[in-house]
Amino acid sequence: MPSVMTANRLQDGAVVYLSDNENWITELASARVAEDGTQLEILQKIAAEATGKQIIIGAYPMDVDLTTGAPAAKSVREKIRAARRPTIAAVNEAR
Amino acid sequence: MYRYDEFDRTFLIDRNREFRNQVERRLKGELTEDQFKPLRLMNGLYLQLHAYMLRVAIPYGALTARQLRQLAMIARRWDKGFGHWTTRQNIQFNWIKLVDVPDILEALAEVDMHAIQTSGNCIRNVTADPYAGAAADEVEDPRIWAEILRQWSTNHPEFTFLPRKFKFAITGALEDRAAIAFHDIGIRIVGGPNGTVGFKIFVGGGQGRTPYVAQEMKAFLKPEELLSYLEAMLRVYNLHGRRDNLYKARIKILVNAIGIDAYRAQVEEEWERTRQEDIDLPAEEVARIRSHFTPPDLEARPLDAAAFAKRRAEDAGFDRWVRRNVIGHKNPDYAIVSIAFKEPGRPPGDASAEEMERVADAADRFSRSELRITYTQNVILPHVARADLIALYDELKEAGLVAGNTDLITDIIACPGLDYCNLANARSIPIAEAITDRFADPERAEQVGDLRLNISGCINACGHHHAGHIGILGVDKKGTEHYQITLGGSPDNDASVGDILGPSFPAEGVPDAIDTIIDTYLAQRNDGETFLATYRRIGATPFKETLYGTR
Ligand code: SF4
Repeated sequence: MPSVMTANRLQDGAVVYLSDNENWITELASARVAEDGTQLEILQKIAAEATGKQIIIGAYPMDVDLTTGAPAAKSVREKIRAARRPTIAAVNEAR
Repeated sequence: MYRYDEFDRTFLIDRNREFRNQVERRLKGELTEDQFKPLRLMNGLYLQLHAYMLRVAIPYGALTARQLRQLAMIARRWDKGFGHWTTRQNIQFNWIKLVDVPDILEALAEVDMHAIQTSGNCIRNVTADPYAGAAADEVEDPRIWAEILRQWSTNHPEFTFLPRKFKFAITGALEDRAAIAFHDIGIRIVGGPNGTVGFKIFVGGGQGRTPYVAQEMKAFLKPEELLSYLEAMLRVYNLHGRRDNLYKARIKILVNAIGIDAYRAQVEEEWERTRQEDIDLPAEEVARIRSHFTPPDLEARPLDAAAFAKRRAEDAGFDRWVRRNVIGHKNPDYAIVSIAFKEPGRPPGDASAEEMERVADAADRFSRSELRITYTQNVILPHVARADLIALYDELKEAGLVAGNTDLITDIIACPGLDYCNLANARSIPIAEAITDRFADPERAEQVGDLRLNISGCINACGHHHAGHIGILGVDKKGTEHYQITLGGSPDNDASVGDILGPSFPAEGVPDAIDTIIDTYLAQRNDGETFLATYRRIGATPFKETLYGTR
């Protein structure tokens, strides 16, 4: 199952994803996708190093949907994380 | 209000300096997350879905206008301009950066506030009747004893690493507005022999996975016995408490496993053994703390009854606000006023920085600069002259804070749920919003009458769903958000845990289900009967039939 690595950034807690060039970015659509277990292991290794360098915390792999081409979140939880905001219209308009 | 002395201030400054250092070491990699996590939790700092969340203690929900203004400043400067009243009378900020936290804690300390005891397996911030010091039905101001408990429990060497978090609530009134029956230890100030005042103690209440209503532990304790008795209760629990199993570590599980009588016998034995050596609280110390809570000097302020009646007759919104949000005060010239943070479009308990400032201004002008936060996520002005009610209403109206819905179906308690919370199964806020929209017509809500509707996004029950007349619990059903409905809970004197009605509903089915429940109630109720009274009279069956059919 295609997956990406996600975590929270240590300094501000923001939701981040591992990108192609080993950066931790906030846009899920630009995250690096692992197609199989071997590829995922590589991503997990990079995440472990970033954890050791105080860049991220709580890294974990997450399944993604590739129907539109770019990775998209599947669960409600991950959709909310990827949107970087709660789902209530009033809150988002005000903020 | 309790005023910090030099000792309290120095303690906070030292503590904040220590945490600033810990944050620096974490950022440099000298502390791992495993090492840092317990330290940040001791300072109220959680990592949630989108950011860090800082939970700030508001001891027994009491706040000054100056403190509220500082919270507004923090919301604006370091959050996205909002704060959120919690169901433990605290405030939390949902969009905090780790790197800012040392500065935020310093800003809090400037107004004698902190985030200690808002997290972790310690004695948490003590909650109390939000009408304390003002309620017409009060035996004694519970803040005196809540403050004594706060000082006793802060950094108590024996009780900072308990098997689980530990929650106290105290009321000094006849009517319980602090949900004491749903706390690890609930305390009720009661009259004793010869005009004395003492305490009735309850134990083993709680919500979460295994909800229990607290049982009576001790019918009467004298004031000087309170701390030594509580120490004995905690010590017996601490010895027995199951540290190996998170779900069995609460005192409610212990009390229900060994039985209240066995627990009481062990506590009494421990108490007899230790009460001599445990220093009782000296009367001078009680007097010192009591002096911080001397009732305000409220001058006579007769109401212009004709003008007041005229405004009520002409302005339906004002009339409703007076009916629902203005509560009797000890002093007949005064009132307790509830400011609702619940209306369509607002996540229950969210307050913007500007609203906080306007409420602080109103407190300065109309309520001796005093405010209270309720566990139902609203704000109270405790000492408003009835003669000022019209002026206060007009001022709050400009701020958009005059929803007249206290304790109505739209006065919903809801936890942050899956929109913010890392532990959530399902969202709470959109469900609250949908129900608030459904009952947005204030006349309809008032026709339904007193109704506590509470929503939690997971079994941790921060949204008090077990204690709601109608409770809604978010569950995960094969990856989709579903909601289980309970009926018949109550947080009041007649406390009870709600009964699960049947299979859960998908999110979009919840407003209709609530509508059906309300229609069933309206069809069945006797004159003047509340929802809870009707439910208790007719039971769950009629509700099950209308909701699920006669299967
Ligand atoms: S009840 Fe669950 S979802 Fe709601 S705030 Fe508590 S832990 Fe989070």
